[in-house]
Amino acid sequence: MRYFADWIIENLEFTRAIPSEYVYLIIMVVGGLLLLLFVVPMAGALTFVERRVAGKMQSRIGPNRVGPQGIFQFVADGVKLILKEDIIPTAADRRLFKLAPYIVFVGSFLTFAALPFSQKLIAADLNIGILYIFAVSSMVVVGIIMSGWASNNNLSLLGGMRSAAQIISYEVPQILSVLAVILLTGTLGMQGTIKAQGWAPQHWFLFHNPFAFIAFFVFFISAVAECNRIPFDIPEAESELVSGYNTEYSGFRFGLFFLAEFANVYVISAVAVTLFLGGWNTPFYLPTGIWGLLPSAVNLAGLITFLIKTFVLVFVCMWLRWTLPRLRVDQLMTVGWKYMVPIAFFNLVGTAVWMLVWGDKSIAALLGG
Amino acid sequence: MESFLFYIFGGIAVASALLVVTRRNAVGSAIFLILCFFCLGVLYLLLQAHFVAVIQVLVYAGAIMVLFLFVIMLLNLSQIEFGRIRNLALKVLGAALGVVLLINILGAINRPQLSEGVPLSEGFGGTAQVGMLLFSKYLIPFEVASVLLLAAIVGAIILARREF
Amino acid sequence: MVSVEHYLILSGILFAIGVIGVLTRRNAIIVFMCIELMLNAVNLSFVAFARHFNDMSGHIFVFMIMTVAAAEAAVGLAIILAIFRNRETVDVDEINIMKW
Repeated sequence: MRYFADWIIENLEFTRAIPSEYVYLIIMVVGGLLLLLFVVPMAGALTFVERRVAGKMQSRIGPNRVGPQGIFQFVADGVKLILKEDIIPTAADRRLFKLAPYIVFVGSFLTFAALPFSQKLIAADLNIGILYIFAVSSMVVVGIIMSGWASNNNLSLLGGMRSAAQIISYEVPQILSVLAVILLTGTLGMQGTIKAQGWAPQHWFLFHNPFAFIAFFVFFISAVAECNRIPFDIPEAESELVSGYNTEYSGFRFGLFFLAEFANVYVISAVAVTLFLGGWNTPFYLPTGIWGLLPSAVNLAGLITFLIKTFVLVFVCMWLRWTLPRLRVDQLMTVGWKYMVPIAFFNLVGTAVWMLVWGDKSIAALLGG
Repeated sequence: MESFLFYIFGGIAVASALLVVTRRNAVGSAIFLILCFFCLGVLYLLLQAHFVAVIQVLVYAGAIMVLFLFVIMLLNLSQIEFGRIRNLALKVLGAALGVVLLINILGAINRPQLSEGVPLSEGFGGTAQVGMLLFSKYLIPFEVASVLLLAAIVGAIILARREF
Repeated sequence: MVSVEHYLILSGILFAIGVIGVLTRRNAIIVFMCIELMLNAVNLSFVAFARHFNDMSGHIFVFMIMTVAAAEAAVGLAIILAIFRNRETVDVDEINIMKW
């Protein structure tokens, strides 16, 4: 974003009259709106894709009425959600009840500011990018607890408390497994992490060393748990809690919870791609300048690569959801504290030992001589 | 720009701190305290303390305040009446003492003793710098802090256990 | 550029609000939250001084204070929980087991 702002200030005459601070401010607002324009339709489309995938996996069809193959189903759903009556229970704490969905959505939307899309396409390449993502996504917990409590409903409260306990416990292995990658790169910036990886799979951090390989799975499993998705969806457990913390919500506010959930799935997939799967590094070499390839074309190739990798992981999330049964609460905590956390610690120490012995050489570099 | 943001977020921080003190409902207090901590995080960003700002949001808003909310909901405190105005005189006295303290603090700040500010060095406030300090100059306090956290975990589990 | 005095005044105001809360409120959890507010006010002045003197040690102090605050919150809330189980109250006036 900074890059675009500098380009605009340098190349467009009429911006000279305005102080550069305001130009940056305007660019930031426009960038935020663009991200919103990306997130909302993307999350909406994901709901449709998820239902179709679920249909295929269960040998049924799924939504196929609205538009060709039902691809406009999410538009219809959105219209329905917006037009529906917005019900607030009489016993609810009205202000908190209204506020909670926004906090949940803003918490997951803010993470997009630090997510890279391609070489130049990133809203803010913070030098603390990955920490920032964890920090703002921890705001989601506050929103979920608020919604559970404000609904003044036992099932909602139970769902909210379960969700908060789960998110806080799984944050520990998640951050610990990310630390292994941070040890390898020595940076917290998202673009720096991607630049430290190469285009080919053997240059990705996933195959950097055995510990990073395990770290990826620890990260992905705990990230799925943080999204409250099956097999870790005990906070929403339809068969026991109706729908958990969002039971009492309807209309637009319910839609926000839904959008936030699918935006979160995208975020965890994008972070996993950034940290472990080489990010926007295209799987073939793109010579700039030689064949007249513009930098923007390289950017576009990076963007497409990144999105393909991310949506493959999003598909894996859906695949998990429709294949695995739900864990019980005690099993959930056992998996988190007795398996994930020790494995993550082991990985961290293992990565440190690896770096002590071989420096930041990967397996491929060692085998190649 | 900096002063604009300072007044906006400083104002929100003070307003929400006042609301924390005056809300009847403990949940409301906790929510406003989270808002206050968030504003302080923004102020840390203005002060070039990037790492501290992120840790502020991650630890305070994301962990400590969730713990508070958890306990408040576990005890269901909102149902318990606290509204009875007992010993109003004590409350007025407390508030008056607080104001006196505030005047004292402001008076102390007003005394012009501060030297000129020093220009910032490269990489000020970044994670690397904090890490370098933590693992060199402040290594022993860092280790002691980790022992303290361990002791706190053990203590909290012992205290919160139902059967003694 | 906002001078360090501005931050110190803000920090002082927040600290005083925290003190008023501790002195006037009777709900133990709110008293506890006000203590957290006071700790944060002090943190703000540490960070402001760190920038003023270009000395990162202030950030380390903030880091340590946050550690202590986390430990304090965990133990303190556990104590409040234990008291609530025994006495059915979190009113600091009625918690007088240690009194003769």
